This record gives sequence, structure tokens and C-alpha cells, in this order.
Amino acid sequence: MKVTVDQDKCCGAGQCVMLAPEVFDQRDEDGVVVLLEPEPAAHLEAAIREAANVCPAAAIELSE
Amino acid sequence: MGHGTGEVLPYPIPSPAALEPPPEWESLRSRCPVARVALPSGDEAALLTRYDDVRQVLSDPRFGRLLNAPDAARLSDTESGGLFNSEMANTLPQSGAGHQRWRRLVAKWFTARRMNALRPRIEAMAEELTAEMVATGHPADLKACLGFPLPVWVICALLGVPDGDRDRFAHWSDTMLNLTRFSEDEIATAQAEFSAYMAGHVRAKRAEPGEDLLSELIAGGELSDAELVATGQALLVAGHETTANMIAKMLGMLLAERSRWERLVADPSLVRTAVEEALRFDANPGLGMVRYLGEDVEVSDTVLPRGTTVMCSMAAANRDAEAFESAEEMDLGRSPNPHLAFGAGAHSCLGQALARTELQVVLEVLLHRVPSLALAVRSGELRRVEGLAVGGLRELPVRW
Repeated sequence: MKVTVDQDKCCGAGQCVMLAPEVFDQRDEDGVVVLLEPEPAAHLEAAIREAANVCPAAAIELSE
Repeated sequence: MGHGTGEVLPYPIPSPAALEPPPEWESLRSRCPVARVALPSGDEAALLTRYDDVRQVLSDPRFGRLLNAPDAARLSDTESGGLFNSEMANTLPQSGAGHQRWRRLVAKWFTARRMNALRPRIEAMAEELTAEMVATGHPADLKACLGFPLPVWVICALLGVPDGDRDRFAHWSDTMLNLTRFSEDEIATAQAEFSAYMAGHVRAKRAEPGEDLLSELIAGGELSDAELVATGQALLVAGHETTANMIAKMLGMLLAERSRWERLVADPSLVRTAVEEALRFDANPGLGMVRYLGEDVEVSDTVLPRGTTVMCSMAAANRDAEAFESAEEMDLGRSPNPHLAFGAGAHSCLGQALARTELQVVLEVLLHRVPSLALAVRSGELRRVEGLAVGGLRELPVRW
């Protein structure tokens, strides 16, 4: 699975960080998403899918 | 009903019981996804109830909630029309780059990292308030004992504002959020008092900075005094009234059916998803969120013309069977749960991480400390606060 984030769309809600902290972080200065791992391990897939699904800004995209 | 037949539905739509959705939501979603409604002011708006439509309009970067155009609807029956045309609303940048800049200045205080750091203090306060409630004995009003004081304490700490002033905030906040209870004069007086209070607080923090959000915004030098006052007011109002009401509503829903509470007591790992489900299932969310359309927009095969005031019912959208399996059932383990309780897009609730943290902590503490918690009245006897933009219960009588 490949993950990308759109920092311009990001609204700083932070759910992705709560759900998959190994993959997503937020910038301290403005809460915008930082992608830690663009090709995460398989066991994180479920959490990442949930993060993408609930992101209020639709800022997370997944591809295979 | 509504759109197309010439009929106009009075809005908000009354509900049969405090925790139940109006039956009209279902028929609106299926037969009248764009409905003509009359707001408390008498002005008209277009009501959206389908998940896809609500999500689309709320996320659209072209539109905001400022209702100061001459053809925009007024929410309440006052000259200015209330909350979305107040001085506060008109001071802060509502769209585009300006909005993003303002939002990101404030957003740093609501990151997951900050919430994790804040959590133990919120927990300690929740434990204290719960212990006091238990010591005083039952029946108790959970809203007054825990639901209201906790979020107020948290947002006051965040803003560096004295928690002892909370009764004044409650009144000012009420005048801003209650659409029917107060006269134009009462609202104007309250707004003036609130502005003066916040301006005084900004001056004090400039002279003697603390380690709070307002002090940091002041030190950053990027916001004008008017913007600082408006930001403080916005956070104070948004930071407590909504969460205070949601805490009581969440516990009301969970206690209304014994199996829900017992499932959580048996498996507290469900707290996170249970909170999300309570947010989705909330049938008393208040008005919804408005948008003023500066351009034509098409939703559900209908063109909404430029100049339309749109009312988005997130709560109706949250029960859309097209978006949620078994939408009319409360599933405490539901995952994923892309509900719209916090809105969507660039304007989705700035404080949602804080709200989530407070809701999760309250639930964890109560499950742990008062596992025998129950309603002290029948769920049908619970009463809503009338006229509130954000929706709430008057009290939540509990026993244990």
C-alpha cells in the first residue's frame, strides 16, 4: 500500500495521528499532517484505511 | 413536502422525544433531498439531509458560513440574524488563504500531541468532579456535575481565563447560541460585555503573558486586537457549550438502553468507537451548519442558485442508509465511522481533537468509577433545551 497526503487540504483534525501514529504526525507549528511512512507495513493497513476514511478533509490517498 | 410543492417546512424540525430523530429526516432524505425551510427568523433556506450532499457542500472551499450578504437568510428573529452575522463572525477571516492562516495559528494548540499531553489533567479533573458527584449522592444531574464544568475548566485553562468567571461565560454564550430566548437588546448587551471582558483579558495577557493560547497568539504579533478578542470569544463559546451538551447527550444515549452501557462496562476498549458512534447518532444536534452560496451549485440533480442560504443537517446525514450500514442502530463498535458531526473540509471543527479527548476521558472515568450508572428517569422523560443552535438536554438525572 502506498500513502500520500495533501498538506494544503489538511485541516489539522489529527485523527490520522491517533489511529496510526507510526505513519502520520502533525507539524508542531500548525497541526498540518506529516507523512512518516509512504509505504507502510501490511499490519498497519487497517488503521490507515480507517484514517483515510474518516479524514474530514479527504487529505489522505491510498493506492496499491 | 418542501421543495417543488411550494410548501415550506418550519425549521428546526421538532422531535418526538429528546433522544429520537424527527421522522421527517427519513422522508426528506429519500424524497426531498433539497427542501425549502423557514428559519426562526422567517427567512428561507435550502435544507440538505443526504450524506453525500451535506459532505459536498460543507467541504466546498468556495463557500463559507458568513451570512452578511443582503440576500442571506437571518437565523434568528433579530435584526442582525444572530450567530453567523455577529461582530465576532465578521472579524475573523472566513475563507481562502486568510482563513487558513488564522486557523493554522490556532490549530497548533489542538494537535494530537497536545491532546495527549493534556489528557492526564483532564482525567484528573474528571475524576475530581465524579468523586464530588458521587459524594453528594443520587439522583444527580450529570450535566451540571460533570458535563458542563469539565469543558469549561478545560477551555478556560487553554485560554488562561479564570474558571471562576464561568457563570458569566455561560450567559454570554447562551445569548449567542440560543436563537429564540433572548431579545435583540439582551443579545447586544451580552455581546458588548463579552467583548469588553475579552479585550480586558487580552490587555492583561499582553502585560503579563502566561503559558496559554491567548498569550502565545498575542506574542506572535500576527493578529490584530479585534481578531484576538474574536478568537478568544469564538474558542470560549465553541469550546464549552458544544462539548458540555454532547457529554450529557452521549451519556443519555448510552444509558437509555442498558445493553449499551453494559457492553462498555464489559469492554472499555470500545470507548473510542463508542464516542464516535454517539457523535453520529446524536438526534438533537441543534440547527446544523449554514453555507451562503456565492455561486450556483448542483446537489442531487438540483441547481441551488447563487444567493441561496443552505442549511446542512449533519445529524440527518449521519443516519443516511446510503452511507452507513444499519444506520438507525447504535453500534458502539462501528468502524470506520466517517460521520459529519464535526463537519467536513477546511472548516471542520477546529477543536475536534479536544472534544474527542474530553468525551473519551469522561466515558472512561465514569465506566471505571461508576459502573452501575443509570438514568434516574425514563429516557422518554428527558427534555431538550429549546432554541439552542447546538442542541442539548436540560438535565441528565442519574443514579448509581
